Amino acid sequence: MSAALVPSVRIQRQDFDVAAEIAGLTQGRADIGAVVTFSGLCRDERGALSALELEHYPGMAEAEIGRIATEAVQRWPLQGLTVIHRHGKIRPGENIVLVVAASAHRQAAFEAANFLMDYLKSRAPFWKKEHRTDGSEGGWVEAKEADAQAAKRWKSPSE
Amino acid sequence: MTTRLIYFAWVRERIGMPEEDVELPAGIETVADLLRWLQSRGEGYEHALQYPDVIRVAINQEHVDHREKIAGAREIALFPPMTGG
Repeated sequence: MSAALVPSVRIQRQDFDVAAEIAGLTQGRADIGAVVTFSGLCRDERGALSALELEHYPGMAEAEIGRIATEAVQRWPLQGLTVIHRHGKIRPGENIVLVVAASAHRQAAFEAANFLMDYLKSRAPFWKKEHRTDGSEGGWVEAKEADAQAAKRWKSPSE
Repeated sequence: MTTRLIYFAWVRERIGMPEEDVELPAGIETVADLLRWLQSRGEGYEHALQYPDVIRVAINQEHVDHREKIAGAREIALFPPMTGG
């Protein structure tokens, strides 16, 4: 069953509709018992941030998220998986990223969504630049060591 | 052989261009060799690559480490640690 699942990966400028993405995975089927969604949004950093500019590597962004999603499908018994990552200028309160994982039981869906986000953070070729409300350029967001560590916990002992 | 180099984020800003086609001189065998050679090409490159350990590299759109051989690479991308998600 899950061997045939092809994850849906989209890299896009426009916003997404979370409810519509869930419906896209569950409509017309009765074998899904759990759907976990994660949405990542742009924060305003207590009023200091006016927007994030997300640069990406076209082609590799799709390919790398596709590789991570394929690994998730091989590790957990999923019945549906959608990953959407936006690029371009994103304002506080707007969506940046979405993961929807559907499975028969909740544990697989929770773990797959968590795994996807940990890997996305440290391996998907996106870079955030801050625009400040005072008009200055805030510079590039620095990668967090905590994110790299979070991704490492999913490695099997042989890797 | 011509190799396309692509730069992102602050690597792109410091080098001052998003991409360029280069003829790699003989003796440039690994990613580490490439980074060393690029650093000698001018101030922008030197600034972008002054801490080579933090530079992430992809060959033909797949992550590689600095020991990777670059023979046959069509496209090599250099960029800072990623901050997506």
